[in-house]
Amino acid sequence: MNAPVIGTRVERKEDYRFLTGSGTYTDDVALPGQTCAYFLRSQHAHAKINRIDISKAKTAPGVIEVFTGADLPGSVGGLPCGWLITDVNGQPMKEPKHPLLAQGKVRYVGDHVAVVIAETLNQAKDACELIEVDYEVLPAVVNVADARKPGAAQVHDIAPDNTCYVWALGDKTAVDKAFAQAAHVTKLDFINNRLIPNAIEPRAAVASYSRGDDSYTLYVTSQNPHVARLLMTAFVLGLPEHKLRVIAPDVGGGFGSKIFLYAEETVLTWASKQVNRPIKWTAERSESFVSDAHGRDHLTSAELALDKNGGFLALRVHTTANMGAYLSTFASCIPTILYATLLAGQYTTPAIYCEVTAVFTNTAPVDAYRGAGRPEASYVIERLVSTAAREMKIPDADIRRRNFIKEFPYQTPVALCYDTGDYEATLTEALKLADVAGFEARRKEAAARGKLRGLGYSAYIEACGLAPSNVAGSLGARAGLFEAGEVRVHPTGKVTVFTGSHSHGQGHETTFAQVVADRLGLGVDDVDIVHGDTGRILFGMGTYGSRSIAVGGTAIVKALDKIVAKGKRIAAHLLEAPDADIEFKDGKFTVAGTDRQVPFAQVALSAYVPHHYPLDKLEPGLNESAVYDPTNFTFPAGSHICEVEVDPDTGATKIVNFTAVDDFGKTINPMIVEGQVHGGLAQGIGQALLEACVYDRETGQLLTGTYLDYAVPRADDLPSFKVTTRETPCTHNPLGVKGCGEAGAIGAPAAVINAIVDALAHLGIRDIEMPATPQRVWQALQSAKKERIAT
Amino acid sequence: MGIPVSMTVNGKAVAAEIEPRTLLAQFLREHLRLTGTHVGCDTGQCGACTIHLNGRAVKACNLLTAQAQGAQIVTIEGVAAANGELHPMQAAFRQHHGLQCGFCTPGMVMAALDLVKRQPNPTEDAIRAGLDGNLCRCTGYHNIVKAVQTGAAAMKG
Repeated sequence: MNAPVIGTRVERKEDYRFLTGSGTYTDDVALPGQTCAYFLRSQHAHAKINRIDISKAKTAPGVIEVFTGADLPGSVGGLPCGWLITDVNGQPMKEPKHPLLAQGKVRYVGDHVAVVIAETLNQAKDACELIEVDYEVLPAVVNVADARKPGAAQVHDIAPDNTCYVWALGDKTAVDKAFAQAAHVTKLDFINNRLIPNAIEPRAAVASYSRGDDSYTLYVTSQNPHVARLLMTAFVLGLPEHKLRVIAPDVGGGFGSKIFLYAEETVLTWASKQVNRPIKWTAERSESFVSDAHGRDHLTSAELALDKNGGFLALRVHTTANMGAYLSTFASCIPTILYATLLAGQYTTPAIYCEVTAVFTNTAPVDAYRGAGRPEASYVIERLVSTAAREMKIPDADIRRRNFIKEFPYQTPVALCYDTGDYEATLTEALKLADVAGFEARRKEAAARGKLRGLGYSAYIEACGLAPSNVAGSLGARAGLFEAGEVRVHPTGKVTVFTGSHSHGQGHETTFAQVVADRLGLGVDDVDIVHGDTGRILFGMGTYGSRSIAVGGTAIVKALDKIVAKGKRIAAHLLEAPDADIEFKDGKFTVAGTDRQVPFAQVALSAYVPHHYPLDKLEPGLNESAVYDPTNFTFPAGSHICEVEVDPDTGATKIVNFTAVDDFGKTINPMIVEGQVHGGLAQGIGQALLEACVYDRETGQLLTGTYLDYAVPRADDLPSFKVTTRETPCTHNPLGVKGCGEAGAIGAPAAVINAIVDALAHLGIRDIEMPATPQRVWQALQSAKKERIAT
Repeated sequence: MGIPVSMTVNGKAVAAEIEPRTLLAQFLREHLRLTGTHVGCDTGQCGACTIHLNGRAVKACNLLTAQAQGAQIVTIEGVAAANGELHPMQAAFRQHHGLQCGFCTPGMVMAALDLVKRQPNPTEDAIRAGLDGNLCRCTGYHNIVKAVQTGAAAMKG
């Protein structure tokens, strides 16, 4: 009997190369004859381009070519949006063209105006400064709250009032009725702050063209190379799909921002044929800040109706969501399909209505960022629930317990059907781990030192494992959301697995190898995982939405089932027994009830050296692939409890304890799962306390365009975390897994803000806008003080 | 119009003629093809490019190559033993899952080695303060702190 590999803390296979500097990230790729590209970007948020003069740049030292929007042929399309939202009137969303290089107008600071291709990067940069652009600066609309005001600047002619769509979900009549009968209504207005993802590896691309076979190869920082290839060839450049190979090698973090198809890699691919040389582009951090797709940026008004016992009757939510200047690849589905459908949370709220208005502004495009819609939904629910609890004098844990969904499957009023969960179990464990029983004593001790302690709860849910393709399709998805996997057993019984999922930190090379090793009775080192290459992998939808293990992992399991089924038939022949009598366990095929067996490696060898082989019934070889389309989403959920200490003299908040108890279904590698939670929490805490993307409201200049202005959490901003899991296995995939990548970022923000409000509530403070910087907290304290003096 | 530079990198003498504005990070990555030193921000704020220059951790994106004339440089490629065996600090990062995407990791390891040299028994607070110049977006630092504690202990043994 082999030692179990599922559920064990296997050290990561990928770590050696990362720890010794031998990883291969896109910027590490150097092709013979490679040139360098540099993009000229708009310094204005909104301007008409009267003229671009590239003549001086074209003759500058080392310059090979300079391209502007005018050089792109008419056959080149704009960047597509992958999700069609239909508005409340049955009309399609407004979908303005998203050009690769500006066509007469720029619409945000950082918009692409021209590209210079030169022998060296310095030459490309120097030449870029010689391009003369005659801009006619136009008024800009920047803030989400300003977009639909009368007289606001218009970003696109085809979108009156800057409105992309007005969309709604839920039963408005039932909600209105419930509110009319409510014993108590809690109302809050929120800004879900705009964030900049900031993977530490900047986006990069190396494109090359081979005249010999008229084919292209693109190395790119992508979470989903097959999707990039499909969109680029079929929708933008009009190239034959099989003539473009997209490789996403080691990728240094994504968090959503590397899902999308961007102008830079698309222009490079097109230009590589024009100059017939490889071209490299790597973003500088200042370019990442202005041109990576941003996240969140919601303005929301929300109300919760309760009965006299604190039972939830209805939820009403109105949100305005910023799309930025253009629709990025999945922008339209984030504040709709991935947001409103989550508004039931962990609760039995019978009636929910949500209306979402998506607007264009003169800012960078906004799209999925870790959590993508679900952190926004969770924040709305959990802030409302804790506020209602305080108003009705019901303890936080009690009001949640009173409303928890306890029976599964559970059909929510906002389309989703939860298959399984145990919210009581995660909450109870979190209360224990966070030592909530001892909190009042700690609060008193802190008060004696002049500090304000608070405790904040967040019981979140997310929908992961995107997604049943037919459901997604009926909701407007323009793609399938399955995943592909291939298991190649070599003659010696070693295994290479090809997966359409992509790892950019998640550790698939280890987790997926554990799954395969477990099923085939092999060592983890006998299995290699290949990902991120359209030239080697049959297809893939990639990694986002915590979908890799639930969808990509299941595709591999389906392929493994085929390997085992074929192996049984080969073994039956070798053991001279009926197929039906063969069992496979611990790496051995056995005739049931006997000690007659052949090991897996011998079956593999027979498949490739088929001397004694049922050639009349079976093909030689042992290589199987599978494509898995899930039947439902998965529903990871958990309870997070944050304990803070606020210094009333400075407004500074210190997180003294953060506890997360999550239910991800079965865990394959607890060490990796904990790491995913830690990272998610850091981003969630970052949103709550530190991070804010700020544009100047008049000019549209990005004011937080460096790490000095945009505060990505540093080591001394964060505590060590207390994390653990409870398992209710997913009911509809064979591994029983749900996904863990986004949980921390979804649960943490409400827990942190609830904790701060708890610390300050006795002073009459009821809300603090994210990020709760020392300045904001201090100002809230001063205003509260003034009000108390006045009354 | 190149200028000559020479230095020792990971124990090997190197010499080259370079454009004067060549940054040390560029020189290491593009001229010497030591691509383990990563550039995450260009402005000395993320620390992914941290290397050792004459025994001190510095950010290679903020130095001109000419400033390293005659220096002893160690990059992440020079940390493991000649036979490929991981340095105890590298091993501790693997043991504690102190890395995910791996992009900040070389700089983080170089900064951790410098920290432990100055403070052989660092507390959690000292590690968090000492790594303030290195950004990691994946790990939340929790496991990096544990790795540095273990690495520090192993380096004494």
